[in-house]
Amino acid sequence: MQDGKNQELLTLNSGDLAMPYEWSIGLYGSRFFQEIREKRRFLGIRCPKCQKVLVPPRRICGPCFQKLDELVELSDQGTIKAFSVVNYPFIDPATGRQRPIPYTYGYINLDGSDNIFSHLINEIDESKIKVGMKVRAVFKDQAEMEGNIQDIRYFEIIR
Amino acid sequence: MARRVAIVGTGQTHHRSHRLDVNGRELIHEAVERALKDCELTIRDIDAIVIGNMDHFESINYVDTWSVEGSGGYMKPIMKVTTGGTTGTSVAIAAYYHVASGLFDKVLAIGWEKNSESDTTGAIITCSDPVWDRFSYSGAIPSLATEASAYMEQYGATQEDAARVAVRERTHAMNNPYAQLHGRPITIKDVMESAMLAYPIKLLDVCPRTDGACAVVFAAEGTAERIAPKPAWIKACAVRHAATWFGDVDYNTGLLSLKRASLEVYEKAGIRHPVEELDVAELYLPYSYAGLKWIEVLGFCGPGEGPKFIWEGHSDMGGKLPINPSGGVMSTNCIGATALLRTAEAALQIMGKGDKRQVPDVKTALATGFGGCWWSDAIIMSSKKP
Repeated sequence: MQDGKNQELLTLNSGDLAMPYEWSIGLYGSRFFQEIREKRRFLGIRCPKCQKVLVPPRRICGPCFQKLDELVELSDQGTIKAFSVVNYPFIDPATGRQRPIPYTYGYINLDGSDNIFSHLINEIDESKIKVGMKVRAVFKDQAEMEGNIQDIRYFEIIR
Repeated sequence: MARRVAIVGTGQTHHRSHRLDVNGRELIHEAVERALKDCELTIRDIDAIVIGNMDHFESINYVDTWSVEGSGGYMKPIMKVTTGGTTGTSVAIAAYYHVASGLFDKVLAIGWEKNSESDTTGAIITCSDPVWDRFSYSGAIPSLATEASAYMEQYGATQEDAARVAVRERTHAMNNPYAQLHGRPITIKDVMESAMLAYPIKLLDVCPRTDGACAVVFAAEGTAERIAPKPAWIKACAVRHAATWFGDVDYNTGLLSLKRASLEVYEKAGIRHPVEELDVAELYLPYSYAGLKWIEVLGFCGPGEGPKFIWEGHSDMGGKLPINPSGGVMSTNCIGATALLRTAEAALQIMGKGDKRQVPDVKTALATGFGGCWWSDAIIMSSKKP
C-alpha cells in the first residue's frame, strides 16, 4: 500500500459537481476505511502517554504531542454522548445541494474508545432519543463501499 | 518587560441584519471613524492596525489589503488575524501585544463582518475536517445544540432555563441603540414557542446574523493617560485553542478552553472570587445554553448551578454580576466583530461611557471570545493601572 505503485485512492464524493480539492487522510485514516470495508470493524489508536484510545486513528495525540502506533480494535456499538435533530435547510458545501432535513447527527463514544465519533443517527423524533442510549453502526454493502465516511450509513438505536 | 497598555477609545456601527447602505469598506470606516472620534485622535495618530474577519465568509480574501481605504491603513503597518469566532478577541490581544512590546504607541484593532453577503452556514461547515466531520456537520447551531443536549442530560437543565438567558440578553439589548435586535423584548413563552432549528435550540435561543464592525484604540502607558480621562487598562489576556477534531471534545468536563483561559486571567489579575471581584462581564455567549454552562466554567457558580444563578437574577442589570449589558451575541453577531464588541463593551463600561447600559462604578471587567472547535479567549480590564 505504501510503495506508490499499488496505491489505492479512497475518494470523497461531491456528486456531479467539480470540487478542485484533494485531501490526504494519512496512513491510519486509510487503514480505518479499509478495516470498515473488509471487516466492518472500527479501528482506534492508543496514546502511549495518556493511554487514551482515539477514533478515528491518527498519527499524533494533540494534548500529549506524542506519536501513535498502537492500533486497537473497537466495537461497532457505542453510547450517544450528544446529539441534535437538524431542522433547518442549508446548502451542503460538499455537494452544492440542500442536505435532506430533518436528520440527526450525534457524537458516539464507541465501546473501547475514549473520545467520540461524529456521525448520523437514524432517529429524528427527539422524544425517542436521549443522551446515554446505546447505538450500533449500520454499514453499506461491501460492493457499495467507497472508502469514505459514508461506508457507515448511520448508527441505529439498540432498543 | 511588557509595557502597560490601555484601551482609550471604541467605536461600533449600528448593527442590522442587512446593511445595504454600505459596502464592507464603508462599514469598517463607520466603526473606525467613531473609535477615533471617541478618543479625539485622527488616523494620522495611529501607528499600526490589526484587522480581522472570516475571510471565506464574504469570499473576499486578503481583507487587510482589500479594506485599506476603510480601515485607514494606507501606508501603515497592518496585519490580519482570523481565528474563527475568537477573531475579535484575537485582534484585540494582537493589538495589545503590538503596544505591550514597545514597537508601537497607538494601535487600532478592527473586527467586521457582512454576514448578509455570505452563506454563513456553508462557510462554517468548511471549517470542519473534510474527511471526518463534514459529512454530518451542519454549521454552528447543531454543534452548540449537541453541547446543550449533553449539558441538559448531565445536570437536568431545561429548555426553560435556557430561555431565561435569552430573555435577559434581549432585555439588556433594549438599552443598547447599536444592537441589531434592539427594542423588542421577549418572554420565556416567546422562546419556547419559536421554531425548533436544531433540537434543543430554537430560533430565539441563538444569535442572529449581523452586518457590523467594531474598532478599538489601544495606547501605551504615558500616551494613554493623555488621550483618555479614564482609560481601560488591560490587566491580563489569555488565548486557548482546543481540539481541531469535533470528536476530541469532552462534553462533560465543561468548556475546557474557557476554563483554562479564565483561570490564567484570574490568576494574573489576582482574582479569587470572580462574582465578587468582577463588576461586569461581556461574554461571548452565542446561544442561550452557553449562558448556563459557561458561567459555571468561569467560576461564577458551581457545576450544574447555572440555571439557579440565572433565575435568581444575579446576572441581570442591578444583580451581583451583570452579564452582557449590551445584549450580547444573541442580540448582535457580526462574527469577525463579535468578540471585539465584547472587548469594546467591557472597556466602555470601565470608561463610564455605557449610557443607558452603564453598570454603576465599574472597576474590573471581563471580556471573552469563543469560536471554532471550542476555542476561548479571555481579557480582564481595570480602571486602575496594573
